[in-house]
Amino acid sequence: MLWHGDRELRGVDAAILPGGFSYGDYLRCGAIARFAPVMRELVPAARAGLPVLGICNGFQILCEAHLLPGALTRNAGLRFITRDLPLRVERAQTAWTRAYADGEQILVPLKSGEGAYAADPGTLAGLRASGQVVITYAEANPNGSADGIAGVCNAEGNVVGLMPHPEHAVDPLTGPSADGLGFFTSVVAGVAA
Amino acid sequence: MRRAEDTVSRAGETPDQPQPFAELGLTEAEYGKISATLGRRPTSAELALYSVMWSEHCSYKSSKVHLRRFADAAADSGALLAGIGANAGVVDIGQGYAVTFKIESHNHPSYVEPHQGAATGVGGIVRDILAMGARPVAVMDALRFGPAAAPDTGRVLPGVVSGISFYGNCLGLPNIGGELDFDPSYAGNPLVNALCVGIMRHDDLQVAAATGPGNQVILFGSTTGPDGVGGASVLASAAFGSAAGEQSAKRPSVQVGDPFTEKLLVECCLELYAAGLVVGIQDLGAAGVACATTELAAGGTGGMAVRLDAVPLRDASLGPPEILMSESQERMMAVVEPARVDEFLAVCAKWDVRAAVIGEVTDTGRLVMTWHGETVVDIPPSSAADGPVYQRPVERGADQDALAARDPAALPRPADGAALRAALLELLGSPGLADKGWVTDQYDRYVRGDTVLAMPEDGGLVRVDEATGLGIALATDGNGRYCRLDPYLGTQLVLAEAYRNVAVTGARPLAVTNCLNFGSPEDPAVMWQFAEAVRGLADGCAALGVPVTGGNVSFYNQTGTAAIHPTPVIGVLGVHDDVRQRLAIGFPPAAGGTAGAGLVLLGRTEAEFGGSAWAYVLHGHLGGHPPAPDLDAERRLASLLAAAAAAGLLSAAHDLSDGGLAVALAESCLRGGTGCAVRLPGDPFTWLFSESAARAIVSVRPDDQAAFDQLCAAHDVPGVTIGTVGGADLTVEGLFSIPLDELAEVHTRTLPALFG
Repeated sequence: MLWHGDRELRGVDAAILPGGFSYGDYLRCGAIARFAPVMRELVPAARAGLPVLGICNGFQILCEAHLLPGALTRNAGLRFITRDLPLRVERAQTAWTRAYADGEQILVPLKSGEGAYAADPGTLAGLRASGQVVITYAEANPNGSADGIAGVCNAEGNVVGLMPHPEHAVDPLTGPSADGLGFFTSVVAGVAA
Repeated sequence: MRRAEDTVSRAGETPDQPQPFAELGLTEAEYGKISATLGRRPTSAELALYSVMWSEHCSYKSSKVHLRRFADAAADSGALLAGIGANAGVVDIGQGYAVTFKIESHNHPSYVEPHQGAATGVGGIVRDILAMGARPVAVMDALRFGPAAAPDTGRVLPGVVSGISFYGNCLGLPNIGGELDFDPSYAGNPLVNALCVGIMRHDDLQVAAATGPGNQVILFGSTTGPDGVGGASVLASAAFGSAAGEQSAKRPSVQVGDPFTEKLLVECCLELYAAGLVVGIQDLGAAGVACATTELAAGGTGGMAVRLDAVPLRDASLGPPEILMSESQERMMAVVEPARVDEFLAVCAKWDVRAAVIGEVTDTGRLVMTWHGETVVDIPPSSAADGPVYQRPVERGADQDALAARDPAALPRPADGAALRAALLELLGSPGLADKGWVTDQYDRYVRGDTVLAMPEDGGLVRVDEATGLGIALATDGNGRYCRLDPYLGTQLVLAEAYRNVAVTGARPLAVTNCLNFGSPEDPAVMWQFAEAVRGLADGCAALGVPVTGGNVSFYNQTGTAAIHPTPVIGVLGVHDDVRQRLAIGFPPAAGGTAGAGLVLLGRTEAEFGGSAWAYVLHGHLGGHPPAPDLDAERRLASLLAAAAAAGLLSAAHDLSDGGLAVALAESCLRGGTGCAVRLPGDPFTWLFSESAARAIVSVRPDDQAAFDQLCAAHDVPGVTIGTVGGADLTVEGLFSIPLDELAEVHTRTLPALFG
């Protein structure tokens, strides 16, 4: 486990920025955490190809750190939402989604108050054109995200961020499905290869 | 320049100086008792300290004589590692694990400032659990408001829910259940009760005692500010009047929450415990530094010397009285051996938690506090910690007989299938029974990854040990209508329902906590309700074999002279031997074309409508007698369910309570997305809407019917097969049928329509 105050990455093969409330999210989500000492090492490593996954608050931090395009804003309706949602894997060719097939539908919980993905029209068009939209909400758009986007990646596909929580869909006993496991098996397979 | 502080020597020189004891909530007799104890008038700091410590909220001065019943009843339980009197009770759940849980009110702050009031209610109960040495693992909340459509409910409810959501989600604790109900009696005094549960190993147990003269006293966490001054005395221990503007005048008495600091405090404390750096510890809640120092000193060697000017402040203008009374959140106080202070401070620094040594343990038997070198407090700590004890007058309310005489048998009943159908839909869409998703979707139920069951299930279920499947189940229940009709029987019904809600998950109920919400203890009729409720709970716990491990009393829940319905909220904890064998309420779809599971109604159904949801929702009626509790039958039902779950005979189980069988069937159909068809064995109205206790509906796996019948016989639980699971409608044969889509529409639209 890497600590926010770490000044080196200690040779990790991949990094996950988990969900949570960094610094309480009293300011814009992720706006302070992007300045954590460990980010000074993580950002260049990610640009050099280290697989990085940001989940929920982690996604917000990756956007704040400009590793991913766009931003996360308050949900339409302005309330926190916890809901099991069908998602569509739009792009299976990333470090974190290769265990899935393009177009595959998975059931994963969303739980966030600032999960509405936003980007300017040019960026959105660019994301679609370059296949950087990785995950979308398959049915109703729960939070007002632009184009129903739940997750995106960088141009290289090694950095992925999404608002839903695949780690809560790894065992039907404690989640709605085991559909989220693919994110983790994807990166393990990639690192082992 | 510093203002001149009222010191002990000055108090000796000015014995006749008038002091604002009445404004601080003390009576003249109490003020006289303080002066007699000290042999002089108190200083202003001492007066502040006594006023909060002797408040109803902190001292339990009106309830203590009644609460002794719980200790008497709990004495012979082998499962208790720590009981009443500790910050929270601790229960042995086996495999070396112990669980601590407690429920507390934050009613008054939540009315004045709903968001922060409710948020800090969560924060406060979490620190109680943390102070026992446990890792907090889940929260629940039991909420009661005025009429759902009332304008003030539209102010209070969304704020309360957002406060709980804000604090609990940020803190990283799953919210696994609770309650939401509405009644006009709560219009000027909503109830916000928060529960927290924590898990530890047996030897992690911490004590709230300042022992070992020379040991250092460390205050850590947030800085101390002017927020919440007088929260325990002027806010929590007095009734709201009906004057407009009173809420805003009391707003400064509400604290402000910082859940991120609380998260750091939790992790910091757990690391301090693991390193063995703590001799004693106490959370700071109501009455802040005053309470922590007096209780630690009174519980330990007996003396403590405190330098109040060493307390880190966020407002430099605060003096000793404000520092003592401040209820700034996210603070803890620890007693640490001198040689380990540096290690202690290093752990705090790692977590960015501010810490300051503010004093040390002494053997003088006195709690002495100084302010820039001058003594401002010098008292025997137990005199503040123990507080007065009152035997308040108790008298059965004059209206109880008239209430009992309002027999619900006189109400017009639905006479045909169409009327029964309409009654069910009206109940299902009523605010108290409608789908709670508008509220619960704002709570994170998944965080920590061990939530097996959460609302809208009957009980929450959390995995404790991944290897063995050991888990804990929790449920809270309350029912102001039953308790208004008969506080003794009503409280037993509430206890029985929480017990049953734990049992239908397949868990074995083990222990009880309670939050007793009542009106003014100075009203003899309220004190009668209270005494009856306590007696009912103590007798009920004895009959069920589950001890009360702790709880909280909230008095003065009234507007002017009108008290709320007496509302004891009972939390029951159970242990689940293997959470993989848990039972849930949803009817499963029939798999692969096989016959649907058989529906068995367990327990006896009598015509019992006093205090029922049907009488209240359809007729606005409250009268007669509540259903008769049968605690022996509850015990048998619970052991049957645990055995059936362990044997894997059932595919669903749901307790019957508000709205009876009809509402339970609808909920199970909607939860599982599967319909059912039932034939009623007698008077349809009674079978559908009676609220007889000790009942549950279960769906039995088709191949296991015979084995289940045998198990029912062995546990002496009557069961009647009333139909089968399957299809896309809820059908009561010969009477009515409702498509699930229509049920769902009626059930889910109510709260969004009210609250946006």
